[in-house]
Amino acid sequence: MCLSIPSKVVSIDKDRCTAIVDTIGVQREVGIDFIEKEVKVGDFVLIHIGFAMNIISQEDALESIKVYQEILQKMDEEERRQAIIDGDNCSG
Amino acid sequence: MDKLELKELYDRFRDPATIKALAYEIDKEAQNLKESINIMEVCGGHTHTIMKYGLKQLLPKSINFIHGPGCPVCIMPKERIDHAYILSMQDDVILATLGDMIKVPGSRGSLQDARSLGADVRFVYSPLDIIKIAKENPDKKVIFFAIGFETTTPMSAALLQHTIDRGIKNILFHINHVTVPEVMKELIDSRDIHIDSYNNKIDAFIGPSHVSVIAGAKIYQPFPTKYNRPVVVSGFEPVDVMEGVLMLIKQFNQNRCELEIQYKRSVTIEGNTNAQKLIDKFFTKRELFKWRGLGNIPYSALRLKDEYKEYDAEEIYADILPIEEIEDHKLCICGDILRGIATPNECQVFGTACKPSSPLGSCMVSSEGACSAYYKYGSIIS
Ligand code: SF4
Repeated sequence: MCLSIPSKVVSIDKDRCTAIVDTIGVQREVGIDFIEKEVKVGDFVLIHIGFAMNIISQEDALESIKVYQEILQKMDEEERRQAIIDGDNCSG
Repeated sequence: MDKLELKELYDRFRDPATIKALAYEIDKEAQNLKESINIMEVCGGHTHTIMKYGLKQLLPKSINFIHGPGCPVCIMPKERIDHAYILSMQDDVILATLGDMIKVPGSRGSLQDARSLGADVRFVYSPLDIIKIAKENPDKKVIFFAIGFETTTPMSAALLQHTIDRGIKNILFHINHVTVPEVMKELIDSRDIHIDSYNNKIDAFIGPSHVSVIAGAKIYQPFPTKYNRPVVVSGFEPVDVMEGVLMLIKQFNQNRCELEIQYKRSVTIEGNTNAQKLIDKFFTKRELFKWRGLGNIPYSALRLKDEYKEYDAEEIYADILPIEEIEDHKLCICGDILRGIATPNECQVFGTACKPSSPLGSCMVSSEGACSAYYKYGSIIS
């Protein structure tokens, strides 16, 4: 799977099997159908084509978010949103 | 994926020194090879990594890459693109799709052309976006033209599950999902049966990691056992590909023929069982599916099961969707390229009549296509 920026789970809608996640300030709804462990608010997940695929440890997530933040800070709002979404869709 | 170090991914997996060190090791190991080997990288994503980082140039002459058919847009026959075109032209239809599909020409034009004639064609990043489109347009049918290998199939299945659960009535599916192992078998069989005409000489495979994140590495087990071709499932970064190559050469030198996983960071033998269950719930194999340039391949694609007919645009619009076969452009050799018996620069019109801005064939359109990779990174190809 491609490099995808870890996203933090902000809220979960169990009935709809979706969650709102925050990827460095950009919020969106993703599917949580495929996550094998139970996902909780505050967990960090990796997104692939609109779906959370797995949960990663907070330590690793924060470490990598720091790197992305440095890159993304240099972009404007629109570029940033595009870069985040593109990151999840490569080689789809 | 318990240990994920994205920072190091950037640094380590594209690091020129590491790539060179691996090239050195490959070179050393390759000196013991009895004969040269041809490795097919099945997936277009790998082809792009190989071209972009000039990996071919770093390897000894005894190691060849053969570019494979793993590009979902490249293998979509014109008939299916025409379906999308025709559906998009219906008054009450919004057609949604992923990726570069929108640019590929069918016999009537591309979806982009349909759009310029007034069709409502939408490009979505996530299949779940379609739910929003459907809600905002209750008087329209939103048809998802679903493409892709095992990586995108579960997302289509999940969209159908969400559609049913939420009682949405205006989402339909035109399913074009294809599967990797069947086309790999076809490439070997076509070599073994038509040894002269399809002499693609595949000795080993590099399998794409994202497919196995979903389907597991297990889907490749028949290749070492039944077909005598080793497989290494590898990630997409240059270091991943080089490591995959090294693992394969070691197998040859040690007289092993196995399935191995290079991309242990997120690939397991079993894959994601939730995704597999959802695929099994909604999809069944098609007996035959025509691949662009490769012809009909048995059980190589999926369709919706009969119980979900009411969501199947192919069934519902059957009377307006033609089934006649359509020939590809006479000069286009995408078929031979996808089969692994030609490279893009052997095509007469490569870079002249066929360019990304005015493509004749799908391998030039798709960002994962071999022709597009050769065009983009041509300056570093010897
Ligand atoms: S260069 Fe164009 S016409 Fe030639 S094989 Fe590639 S896509 Fe087909």
